Amino acid sequence: MTSRSRPAIRRPATVFLAVAMIGATALTACSTPEKSGSSGEAKDVPGVTRTSVKIGTHTPLTGPASAGYAPISKAAAAYFAYLNAKGGVNGRKIDYVVKDDGYNPATTSTVVRELVQQDQVFAIVNGLGTPTHAAVVDYLNQQKVPDLFVASGASLWNQPEKSPQTFGFNLDYVREGKILAHYLQEKNPDATFCVLRQDDDFGKDLTTGITQVLGKVTAEQKYAVSNESLTAQIGALQQAGCTVNLLGTVTPFTALALGTAAKMGYRAQWAASSSGGDYPSLVGYLGEDVGPKLLEGLVAANYLPFDADDDWVKLFRQINTEYNADAPFTGNTIYGMSMAYTFAEALGRAGQNPTREGIVEALQSGSVKSNGITPAAFSATNHDPFGGAGITVVSKGVQAYLDGQVFTTDAQAGPVEAYTGPAVALTGEGIPGK
Amino acid sequence: MNQNPRRIVLLTVGGLVVALAGTFLLDPYRNYLLALVAAHLCAIAGLSLLIGRTGQLSLGHAALMAAGGYGYVAGVKLGDGAVPDGLQPVLGLIVAVVTASVVGLLLGLAGARLHGPYLAGLTLAVVLALPALTSQIPALGGDQGLMVPFRSVPQALSSLIALEQWQAWIALTVVAVVLGVLATVDAGASGIRMRAVRDDEVAAALAGIRPGRIKVQAFVLSAAAAGAGGGVLCFVDSGVRPGGYGVTLSLLLVVGVVVGGTGRLAGAAIGAALVVLLPWLIGLGTSGLDLPAEAAQRLDGNLAVLVFGLLLIGLTVAAPTGALGLLTRAGASRKRSAPSIPTTSKD
Repeated sequence: MTSRSRPAIRRPATVFLAVAMIGATALTACSTPEKSGSSGEAKDVPGVTRTSVKIGTHTPLTGPASAGYAPISKAAAAYFAYLNAKGGVNGRKIDYVVKDDGYNPATTSTVVRELVQQDQVFAIVNGLGTPTHAAVVDYLNQQKVPDLFVASGASLWNQPEKSPQTFGFNLDYVREGKILAHYLQEKNPDATFCVLRQDDDFGKDLTTGITQVLGKVTAEQKYAVSNESLTAQIGALQQAGCTVNLLGTVTPFTALALGTAAKMGYRAQWAASSSGGDYPSLVGYLGEDVGPKLLEGLVAANYLPFDADDDWVKLFRQINTEYNADAPFTGNTIYGMSMAYTFAEALGRAGQNPTREGIVEALQSGSVKSNGITPAAFSATNHDPFGGAGITVVSKGVQAYLDGQVFTTDAQAGPVEAYTGPAVALTGEGIPGK
Repeated sequence: MNQNPRRIVLLTVGGLVVALAGTFLLDPYRNYLLALVAAHLCAIAGLSLLIGRTGQLSLGHAALMAAGGYGYVAGVKLGDGAVPDGLQPVLGLIVAVVTASVVGLLLGLAGARLHGPYLAGLTLAVVLALPALTSQIPALGGDQGLMVPFRSVPQALSSLIALEQWQAWIALTVVAVVLGVLATVDAGASGIRMRAVRDDEVAAALAGIRPGRIKVQAFVLSAAAAGAGGGVLCFVDSGVRPGGYGVTLSLLLVVGVVVGGTGRLAGAAIGAALVVLLPWLIGLGTSGLDLPAEAAQRLDGNLAVLVFGLLLIGLTVAAPTGALGLLTRAGASRKRSAPSIPTTSKD
């Protein structure tokens, strides 16, 4: 600024005109998007043409959370590419639009509106994150857009009365906490159990499940995702004499917790949720040299096919090589492809001429089984797919399911019971309806 | 060129009517963007006045917007059951402005003794402390923030306008009030005092102005504007989450001020539009290019940041007085060159 004072601004109207002009020129320059379905379909379903179905997602591709989550949408895109190469679903190819929200809820609001109103997607599929997706769940339900397979296990997504369009994908965290706690208690009944958890619905729900089974835990430590150190929390667990620590942590913080404990010379049994216990991802954070040592014996829950000799895993590996530029094959890869398969299955069940109402009905009918180690059990009153999980342990650098340690339970006070039924088997090269 | 408050009111109301009518030309998504532009304009206009008139550089305006957002939630909760549903957003917005003003008062009192980088440092600390604060105080809902019930279009208008248009209306109304107030203050005695303090504090004090008080007043005014913006954002997104109000937003607000031209409300409109629309426009541009999938994934998100940075560098080099400065300069040179064209008939 020069020292000469400017004349005062006396024309707020010019400001409005500026806004209005910007609105009129920059915005209407791209005219109102016309409704899709110009292919002459009987019904005008957004995002659906005779040859394609357009769906969208929001996920962090930039920012601190992107390292942990960006591979999911890439894996899903790879599965859809494989599916499209094999002819798609009922002759329609999947057009998967991925929008970056940087794990920032404000951005999520914007990009989801862009997907719904501008790109006219058929459904939002696998929107990622609890705080981010919470920002748009009311909007999507108000607009009657199918909000399928949210990438988060918070209980927010299983509210069929309030959010009829929304379906979860992850095993809900309460169930996961109950199953983890049940297994650990059976194994070491005399241990001192403690919890380290994220200070949000994820950590809260998991802890609800854990305390449901264990009663009160000896110590409960919390952190916010914005924290950069867990020294204080790990120190407190060590002080409290915890011998078994259950982690309501996402992958980077699981790695940070184990690394911090190792630095402090604190040894304990660690048990992570499926959202923070993926061995290949954790090795990525901890490094090839010390990672395997620190992670030996790590217990984690999981609900998707995981063992290296599983048919699904073999197929996904092959798709990863062919359609995903042979990216590192981790739990994220399996997760993204499993979710994409589940969407394809649901779309197939919605019939030859899918509608938004149709796909919601198909899911509520319970005919969609997904590919979990326990079959999905969607219904009109339950919008969570999986009722159970298995226990994996890292042994000599290999993370694998323990035989006979698969459990089912509910998200309330019900008991944890052993599941003896089969996992969902692979059929038709992983193409639904083949 | 009079400073008649009545004239400002007339212009504000007139501008608002034009802007509201303009929303009928836009589709829902663009109306939603317009609401976002309006919300950011509140904060940027307030900040522009603060920087331009008193020379106080605040990097804490994102936190003040957040304060407005939390205030809005508190206001809606307060009004739940006590006032009719339709008035809850109004109450929310009032509490939003009050909350941000109180935070602004505290910050302003501490900041009035500080100059330049020291004030920037203090306000930056507030933004950095926000996530810690929200995770330590359970009432603020941690990283997940707080939700307010989703507000649909009022029954009487529901057949006429879409949800996003309604949100744009509310946002435009709020921004009209904010701009009207800012313009009135700026045109009045307070504006003169602010400029006097900025130019020379000692001289201003000799003239009977109390510099500290003027600076605090300006800070509170600017905080109230940011709070109104935060309240509008909370209304539009039906919730407030600390993740949205980080250092990045604070810096973007300052960028908005600089890009438009410091101390100029019309410039703030340009800045707000750029801050909100640029990432979207770049996204549109890249999707039109039909890049290979892998390159597109790499560029998504990153390209917007890159272009934004380049644009900012280019603009500060080419037009130190901001986009509006560039426009007025172009206008002035056109006027200068106009008489050189031999004309005989003028008027």
